[in-house]
Amino acid sequence: MATFQEFIQQNEDRDGVRFSWNVWPSSRLEATRMVVPVAVLFTPLKERPDLPPIQYEPVLCSRATCRAVLNPLCQVDYRAKLWACNFCYQRNQFPPTYAGISEMNQPAELLPQFSTIEYVVQRGPQMPLIFLYVVDTCMEDDDLQALKESLQMSLSLLPPTALVGLITFGRMIQVHELGCEGISKSYVFRGTKDLSAKQLQDMLGLTKPAGTQAGRGPQVPQAPPSNRFLQPVQRIDMNLTDLLGELQRDPWPVTQGKRPLRSLGVALSIAVGLLECTFPNTGARIMTFIGGPATQGPGMVVGDELKSPIRSWHDIEKDNAKFMKKATKHYEALANRASANGHIIDIYACALDQTGLLEMKCCANHTGGYMVMADSFNTSLFKQTFQRVFNKDVQGSFKMAFAGTLEIKTSRELKVSGAIGPCVSLNAKGPCVSENEIGTGGTCQWKICGLDQNSTLALYFEVVNQHNAPIPQGGRGAVQFVTQYQHSSGQRRIRVTTIARNWADAQTQIQSIAASFDQEASAILMARLAVYRAETEEGPDVLRWLDRQLIRLFMFHLRRSPFLQVFNNSPDESSYYRHHFMRQDLTQSLIMIQPILYAYSFNGPPEPVLLDSSSILPDRILLMDTFFQILIYHGETVAQWRKAGYQEMPEYENFRHLLQAPVDDAQEILHSRFPMPRYIDTEHGGSQARFLLSKVNPSQTHNNMYAWGQESGAPILTDDVSLQVFMDHLKKLAVSSAA
Amino acid sequence: MNLNQQPHMASPYAPPQPGYQMYPQPGYGAPHPTQQYAPYNGHTSLYQQGAPPAGYSPYSGFATKTYAANVLSDSFSSSPPNLGQGRAPPVSGAPPVSASDSYSQYAQGNVQNGPPSVPSQPQRPPVSQSYAPATVHPGTQPTYHQPYEAPTTSVQQITGHMAGMHIGGPAPNLAGSTYAPPPSSQPMSSAAFTSTGPPNYTPQLASASQPPSSMSMTPGPPPSMYGAPPTSQPSFPGAPTPPQSAFAGVTPAAPPVSQQSFPTGAPMSQPHYSSVPTSSSQPSMGGPVLQQPPFGAVPPASAQSQFPGAAQPPVSQPSPYHSVPPAAAAGFPPPGGATVTAPPRHPGMQGPPFANQSMSAPPASQPNHTGAGMPPGPPIGGVQGPPPQPGLQGFHPQQNGAFGQMRPPQSGYAAPYPGQQNFGIQPPPPAAAPPAQKRLDPDSIPSPIQVIEDDKANKGSEPFITGVRGQVPPLVTTTFQVKDQGNASPRFIRCTAYNMPCTSDMAKQSQVPLAAIIKPLATLPPDEGPLHLVDHGEGGPIRCNRCKAYMCPYMQFIEGGRRFQCSFCSCVTDVPPHYFQHLDHTGRRVDCYERPELHLGSYEFLATVDYCKNNKLPQPPAFIFLIDVSYNAVKSGLVAVVCEELKTLLDHLPRESVDEESRIRVGFVTYNKVLHFYNVKSSLAQPQMMVVSDVSEMFVPLLDGFLVSVGESRVVINSLLDQIPEIFADTRETETVFGPVVQAGLEALKAADCAGKLFIFHSSLPIAEAPGKLKNREDKKLVGTDKEKSLFQPQVSFYGNLAKECVAQGCCVDIFLFPNQFVDVTTLSVVACSTGGSVYKYSHFQAQTDRDRFLNDLRRDVQKPMGFDAVMRVRTSTGIRATDFFGSFYMSNTTDVELAGLDSDKTVTVEFRHDDKLSEDTGAFMQCAVLYTSCSGQRRLRVHNLSVSCCTQLADLYRNCETDAVISYFAKHAYRTVLSSPTKNVRDVLVNQCAQILACYRKNCASPSSAGQLILPECMKLLPVYLNCVLKSDVLQPSAELSLDDRAYLRQLVSCMDVAESHVFFYPRLLPLQKLDVEGDALPVAMRDSEERLSRAGLYLLENGLNLFLWVGSAIPQDLLHNVFGTASFSQIDPNMTSLPVLDNPFSKRIREIIESIRAQRSRYMKLMVVKQDDRLEILFKRFLVEDKNSSGGASYVDFLCHMHKEIRQLLS
Repeated sequence: MATFQEFIQQNEDRDGVRFSWNVWPSSRLEATRMVVPVAVLFTPLKERPDLPPIQYEPVLCSRATCRAVLNPLCQVDYRAKLWACNFCYQRNQFPPTYAGISEMNQPAELLPQFSTIEYVVQRGPQMPLIFLYVVDTCMEDDDLQALKESLQMSLSLLPPTALVGLITFGRMIQVHELGCEGISKSYVFRGTKDLSAKQLQDMLGLTKPAGTQAGRGPQVPQAPPSNRFLQPVQRIDMNLTDLLGELQRDPWPVTQGKRPLRSLGVALSIAVGLLECTFPNTGARIMTFIGGPATQGPGMVVGDELKSPIRSWHDIEKDNAKFMKKATKHYEALANRASANGHIIDIYACALDQTGLLEMKCCANHTGGYMVMADSFNTSLFKQTFQRVFNKDVQGSFKMAFAGTLEIKTSRELKVSGAIGPCVSLNAKGPCVSENEIGTGGTCQWKICGLDQNSTLALYFEVVNQHNAPIPQGGRGAVQFVTQYQHSSGQRRIRVTTIARNWADAQTQIQSIAASFDQEASAILMARLAVYRAETEEGPDVLRWLDRQLIRLFMFHLRRSPFLQVFNNSPDESSYYRHHFMRQDLTQSLIMIQPILYAYSFNGPPEPVLLDSSSILPDRILLMDTFFQILIYHGETVAQWRKAGYQEMPEYENFRHLLQAPVDDAQEILHSRFPMPRYIDTEHGGSQARFLLSKVNPSQTHNNMYAWGQESGAPILTDDVSLQVFMDHLKKLAVSSAA
Repeated sequence: MNLNQQPHMASPYAPPQPGYQMYPQPGYGAPHPTQQYAPYNGHTSLYQQGAPPAGYSPYSGFATKTYAANVLSDSFSSSPPNLGQGRAPPVSGAPPVSASDSYSQYAQGNVQNGPPSVPSQPQRPPVSQSYAPATVHPGTQPTYHQPYEAPTTSVQQITGHMAGMHIGGPAPNLAGSTYAPPPSSQPMSSAAFTSTGPPNYTPQLASASQPPSSMSMTPGPPPSMYGAPPTSQPSFPGAPTPPQSAFAGVTPAAPPVSQQSFPTGAPMSQPHYSSVPTSSSQPSMGGPVLQQPPFGAVPPASAQSQFPGAAQPPVSQPSPYHSVPPAAAAGFPPPGGATVTAPPRHPGMQGPPFANQSMSAPPASQPNHTGAGMPPGPPIGGVQGPPPQPGLQGFHPQQNGAFGQMRPPQSGYAAPYPGQQNFGIQPPPPAAAPPAQKRLDPDSIPSPIQVIEDDKANKGSEPFITGVRGQVPPLVTTTFQVKDQGNASPRFIRCTAYNMPCTSDMAKQSQVPLAAIIKPLATLPPDEGPLHLVDHGEGGPIRCNRCKAYMCPYMQFIEGGRRFQCSFCSCVTDVPPHYFQHLDHTGRRVDCYERPELHLGSYEFLATVDYCKNNKLPQPPAFIFLIDVSYNAVKSGLVAVVCEELKTLLDHLPRESVDEESRIRVGFVTYNKVLHFYNVKSSLAQPQMMVVSDVSEMFVPLLDGFLVSVGESRVVINSLLDQIPEIFADTRETETVFGPVVQAGLEALKAADCAGKLFIFHSSLPIAEAPGKLKNREDKKLVGTDKEKSLFQPQVSFYGNLAKECVAQGCCVDIFLFPNQFVDVTTLSVVACSTGGSVYKYSHFQAQTDRDRFLNDLRRDVQKPMGFDAVMRVRTSTGIRATDFFGSFYMSNTTDVELAGLDSDKTVTVEFRHDDKLSEDTGAFMQCAVLYTSCSGQRRLRVHNLSVSCCTQLADLYRNCETDAVISYFAKHAYRTVLSSPTKNVRDVLVNQCAQILACYRKNCASPSSAGQLILPECMKLLPVYLNCVLKSDVLQPSAELSLDDRAYLRQLVSCMDVAESHVFFYPRLLPLQKLDVEGDALPVAMRDSEERLSRAGLYLLENGLNLFLWVGSAIPQDLLHNVFGTASFSQIDPNMTSLPVLDNPFSKRIREIIESIRAQRSRYMKLMVVKQDDRLEILFKRFLVEDKNSSGGASYVDFLCHMHKEIRQLLS
C-alpha cells in the first residue's frame, strides 16, 4: 500500500486533483468538526500527453437530473448490456454501438486507468480561434512602438486560420475593418457612450441577412465564419501588419496637467459586443493592452485631471474612490457578457501607475483571462509573457483552451458548495448542489472561458450524510468532473474525471482520516477561501476569520502575503496577485505563499534554506522565487568579490561558476513560468534587496539582533512578528482552552 | 380717360402752379427763376435727354406736360383761351415779363388748380426736397442731365400713369378721336422716331406734329376734368395754329419744355422745379438753390448735350423755345414750340427731337391725358398700343422729365404725374378707346419693358453718384457705375422708399413698406474697386458711446474737432486723442478725404480682439465637403462628378489677394446611413476612412488630419477623391441620414475651433434611424387648404435647434440636393436658411445632363467671396427702427442678425418701423455694420451707410419709391407669411396692401376724379404687374404638378434674393433672338412676357435667374434653324439638348455668347432647355409668361389690373 503521500501524488498526476482529505468523514457533523472542509484543487486540463483522445461521445446516464458519464466505477451487467449509474443508481441500457461489449471487451471508459478520459466530439463545426486585439494608443511613442512590434510578432504565432480583429482606442474607439484595399477603414465610436450588442451590430453593419442564415442550414458547416472585422490571419496578415505599423499615438491633444482621455471601458464593451454578436459561444480571446487608466466614459477609474490621483487602498477604505463602484459594475457586466458567450478577456496593463486592474479584475477573473502587469510595454517582462501566451504543446496546439464548462456530479452523501477560481456560475441547479455556498456556489456547473494546463479551481464540498444514517463499511463517495471545452485545434472535447474516496467514521477511524489529510492542498484551499473572502470583505475581518479557522505554518506567510495584506500594495497590485493566486495550481500557489529560497555557496551544492533572515549570509548567493519575482541576492562578501572582478580571472573559475549557477536556475524558472516573473539581480545593500528582506521571516530584527548569534544573518528592520514569536503565541493558544 | 387725366392734371396742376409761379419768377426775375428753374432745368434737361434716348422726348414732354397739363388744366379750368394767351404771353413775352404774366396767369391757373391740387402741392415739397439733392449734385449736374435722360423710365412710368389716366377717362374717346389723327401724323413722326422707339416717339411725334391733336387731347382730359372738353379743344385749336401757343395751351408742359430749352437758360428748368420744389424745395432750397445754379449750368450743358447730340439746331431751337418757352411757361407752349420745331428736329435728330419731342411729347402726353379718351385709350389700353405708347412715352417722357430726372426733387412732379398716370381701367378704355372697348389693350397698360428700357436710356450712361441724400438709384436692370460719395452703393443697399414719411401715421396711411434690401458683401464691378480697409488701431473702430454706431460721414465734429455728435442718436462722444484732427472753416475735418470712414458710404474696419469670439483672434475658416454615397447618389453619377470636380476646385478656394494660397482648410466626409470621415494628413501614404455609425450622438472621430491645407495634402486628397467613387461603386445602401451629417461638420469645426462652411451633397429623404429622421409627408391634397401652411413648416424641430448650434459656431451650411423624389426641402433647408447658407436642388440629377449646371453652381459657391461667423446690425436715426428681417440668418435677439456665413450673393431685407418722428431737415440715416471673419481668418467690420430723405407729404414718398424693391420685400414677406397663414389669405393681404398703397396715392396725391380712373404713381406704375407675378408665383399659387419640394425650394430662395434677382425671378426676361444684331454686343430689347407676343417664326430666350428656355417657333425660318441648330427642319430639333450646337456662323456664336453672358449675370447656372412650340415642355414654359393667365388660376396682367382697380375703388369709396 502506497503511502498517502504517494497516493496523493499519483492522483494529482493522473487526475489533476488534490483533496484536502483523502478519506472522508461520513457525517455532516464530523465533517464540520474537521474545520477544513472536504475540498479539492482540480486542474481540469492537467497536462496528460499520454491520454488518448477518444473519438466517440460519452455515454450518459439516462436520468434527466443526473446525466453522469459512464465511468470505471459503474457496475456493468455485460449480459444484459446494462450499466448502473454510480451516482443515482439508475440502470441504463448501453447504446446499440456497445452491443459487442463484454468483460473481455471493455470500452476505454470502463478501464480503471481511465479515471480521466477525454472524448473528442465529432459533430458541430470546427470553430477557428479568435483573437481580438484591443489596443490603447494613449502612450509614449517608444512604448507604443514596442507594443506594435509585439503585436506584429504575435501574428506570426497564430495559426493561419485563426481570426484576428483589431480595436484601437484613445479618446475614440476605432474598430478596424481588415482586408480593405487602398483606404484603410475603421469604425469609430465615442468613448463616452456605451453600446449594447444590438446597437453595435447595427452600427457595424453586422446584421446578418435573415434569409440566408436559415436557408444555409447544416450543409455548409465549413463556410469560414468571418466578417470584415475578424478575418483569417493568412488573408490579412500583411494588411494588419501595415495597419499596426501605421498606428499613431492618439492625436487628440492632451493639455498640461491632464491625463489623456482613454476610453477603455467602452472599447472593451465594444470588443465584447463585437464578439457577442458575431461569435457567441465560440472560444475567443479579447486581448486588451492598456497603457494607463480609463479616464472617460463608462468604466473610467480616474478623472483626467492629473492633480487628482487614482484611488489607493486608503481612499477605498475611506470610501473616497468615487469612480470605483461604477467602474467595477461596468466591468462586471462586461465580464458576465463575455463569459456567457465563452469569451476570454486578457488584460495586459503596462504603466508605472495603476491602471484600474482593481476595477477590471473581474474581466480576467470571470473569464479565465490573463492579467499581466508590467511597467512598460518596452520590457522583457511584457514581451516574453505575451510571447508565452502563444506557447504550444508537443502536438503544436496552443496550450490554451476555450469556452469550457465544468460540471460536477457527486454521490448522494456529498454536495458541492461552490468553486473558487477563474470561473462563473452557470446557475445549474441539481441534486448535488449544496445549500451552503462557498465561493461561487449554488450551481453544479461553471463556465471557464479560458483555461490552460495550470488553471486550477478550488471546489468545496459538503458532506450531507446525517450522523444517524451511517454509511456501510467500505462505502465510497464519488465525484465526477465533466469538463467540456474547445480545444485550440477547434475541436470540442469533453474530459471526464471520476474519482472516489472512502468514507470513514470519524469516531472509529480518526486515524485514517488524519493520515489522509493533505496539508498543502488544505493550505491552498483555505488560502483561496481567505483570498476570496478578502476580495469581498474587509481585510482585518478575513485575517481574524483565518486565525479562528486554523493556524498553521503557511498561515504565517499567508498572513504576510500580498494576497491578504494590502499594505504597501496598490489596489491594482493586490488584484494582480490575487488573480494569479486564484488560478494557479498547487505548487505555484505554494510558492506564492511561501517563497522558495535557495542558497548557493562554496560550502556545498545548492540547498533550499529557511525563508528566514538568518539565511542571509555574506558568503552566500540566494535565489528567491516568489512566483512573481525571481531574485538573486549576492551576499556581502560575494558581492565584493564580484565587484573586484574575480570571476573574470581564470584561476577563479569556480567563482564564476558559482555566480552562474543561480542565474541558470533562474532562467529555467523564467522560461517555464507564466506570467514571466520579474527578474531581479541584486546584492547586499542593493535597493532591490528589499524584495528579499520583506519576504523572509524576521527572526532577527533591530530589536533582537543582539540576542541571536551575531555571526549570521541579516537583521530586518521591521516591527512584524517573527515566526518564532508567532509560533509561541500559537502554542499558547493551542494548549489553552480551545475556542 | 379724361377723368384720369384730370386727376392727373389736377395734381400736375397743383405742382405746376408752384411751378408756374416759379416759372414766372424765373421768367421774370431771372435770378430767382433760374435758381428755381435750375432744378427744373436740370430735370428738364434730363428729361430731354431721357426723352431722346427713349424717344422719350415725351419725358421732357412730361415735365412740360405736367406743366402743360397743369397749364391746360389751369387754362382749361380758367379758360382755354387764357391758357393760350397765358402761354403766348410767356412765350412771346420777354421771358421775364411775359413770363411773369404768363406765370401769373399760370399762377392763377395754379391757384385754380391749387384748390384741387392742394395735395399735389404737398407733393411738390418733396419735389423740392428732391431738388435739394439735386442741388447737392451741382457738381454732378452734368450727370444729372444724363440721368435725367435716363429718367425717361420714370417718365414712362409717369406716362404710364398718364396713360392710365387716359384709359380711365371717358374723354379718351374724344381724345381717342383726337388721337386717331395723331396716329396718322404720328406715323410720320414715328418714322422719324422709330429709330428711337417708334411707338413712343410716334406718339410724341404725333403729339408734337399734331400739337393740335395733342392739344386737343390735353384739352380733352381737361375737359373731362374740368368738364369742358370743348374748352380744351379750343385750346387745341389755338395750339394748332400756333403750335407753340397751342402748346402753350398745352402749356404747362410746353412751358416747361421751353424751360427746358431754357435750361440752357436756367430759368426755365428752374421754374419747373421751382414749381414743384417751391414749397418744399424752398426749405431745402437753400441747398437746392445752390444746386439749381448748377442745374442752370447743367441744363445748358445738358441741353446742349442733348441738343447737341440731337443737333445743335435744336439748340438753336431751344432758343426759339426760349422765346417760346416764356410762353411755354405753360410748358405746353414749349411743347408746342417743340412740336412745331420738333417735328423737323425729330427728323433731324432723334435724340434732340426727343428732347423736342419731349417738349412736343408733353403735349402728346397731355393729349393723352387730355385726350384721356384717346390718350387714355392709349395709356390704359392704348398706352401700350401705338397711341398708348406714345401716350405712355409721351407721358412717361414728360413724367420722366419731371420725375425721372427730377424725381427726387421732382417728386412733386412725379406725384402729380403719377396721378396723371391713372390708368383708366376697363370702363374708361371702352369709352376712352373705342377700339379697346370691353377689354384693355395690353399695350396700353404700363409696360415693364418700357420702364426698364427707359431707365437704361436715362441712367445707364452716367455714374450714379451717391453724394446726395435720398436719390433713387437706377433700376436693377440698368447697368450703371456707382461713385461712392458718402452713401452706400445701391449694390449694397437698396431701399423701397428713398423719401421716408416723417411719421408713422403717414407710413401707415400709405402702406408703402419701408425696407432696405442689404447685400453686405455684394461683389462690385472692377471699376468700382474694393472697399477700403481702415485700421483704427488697438482701441478698435471709433464709435458713438451710446448707440455704438461706427464712425461715418454723418458724424458731426464739434468743439473744434474734439468731440463728435452721433447722427443716429445725437449723443456726443469725445474724439480719442489719436484720432483728433482739426476742422476746416466748414466744420469738416481737414483729413476728411483721407479717411474713408469720413467720406465714403461703405468701408471696412479692422476689428480688434474685442470683436472676436472668446477674445481670441479667429482661426482661418474651413470647408468641409460631405458627400452622400448612398445608392442613388452613386448611380446618378453624382459621387463621381463631385469627386472629380473637387480635385481641381480645391485650387480655387477663396483667398485674400495678398495670400498665395488660400488659408482655408478642407475636410471630407462621405455618408449614407453612417458617416465616413477621412484622415488625409499629408504624412499618410493612403487616406484613412473612419466610419462613425453611432449617428444618434454625432462626434468627430479625428482631429489631426481631418482638416488639412490643400497644398500640403494634395497627394492624399487626390488619392482619396480617386478612391471614393470606387469604394462605394457597389453600395446597396439606400437609406441616408442628414441631421448627423450637419452635426458632424459642426463638431469638426468645433473641434478645430474655427468657423467654416459645409457643402452637403445629398440625395434622398433621410429616413434612416437617426436624429432628424423624416417622413414622407408630401400631400397634394393639402394644397389650397388651411393646412397648407404646415407644408412649409419643418416636420421636426431638430433642424432648427441644430441650426442654432451651427450659428453659434459659425458653421454655414450649403445644401446641394439631388432628389429623385420627395426630400422635404422645407425641413432640410432650415439649417441652410438659418446659417446663411444656400440650397441648390437638382431634381432627377443625371451626370450627363445636369453636370454643367451643378458644377458651375458648385464652383461659384465654393469660390465666391464670403465672410464667416458674421453678425450684422442695422442702426438707424432716432425715429425709425429696424423691426423685421428677412433672409438666411438666425436671430437670437431682436437686433442682431447672426450669419454663420455670409457670401456675396446673400441679402438681408430689413423692414423699418417708426417709433418716433423723423425730421425733414435731417432725413434718416441707417448704418449697417457687419462683423465677420474673412477667408484668411481676419476679423473685420464692414460698414454701409445710407441716408434717405424724409417727407411730410405723401406725394414725395410716392415719387421716390423703388417698385422692384417693394416687390422684393412683398414677396419675401408673403413667402414668410405662408408659414403661418393660408396662402389664400396671404394673397389677399398682398392685394389689399397694394390696393391701399395705390388708393392712398389716389386719394392724397392725385387730384379728385371719377372713381372710374385708375391712377398710378409713376414710380409704382408697375406695382400691379409685378405684384401679380408674385401672386401667381409657384409658392403662392402652385400649379398642380409642382411638388412641395419645389415650392419650398423657391420659397427659401426668394428670401435671400437681392432686388435684381427677385425682379427677374418674378418678371422673367424674354429676349427675341430672331432678329439679332450679330455684330453688336448689345442684347436685344426684351419683350413683355406674354404669349401673344411670340411669333411663330421667332426664336426667344427666356430666363428668370433659375431657368433658361429657348423657345422655338414652329415657323422658324429655315436659315435660322440651320444657323442655330444645324438642322434642316423644326421637327429635328432635339428637345433634350442642354446646349446649342457649336456652329461656325455669327448667329450661332452670338446666341451662345448671349446665353453665356446671361448665365454669368446670375448667381446660379441655368440649364438651357429648348422648348419647341406646341411641345409638351411648352406648358412649363408658359408658366413664365407672367402677363398671361396661367393654368393654376393666375390672372393675366390685364385682368389683374382691373381687379386692382376695383379694389382701389372700393377702398376709395
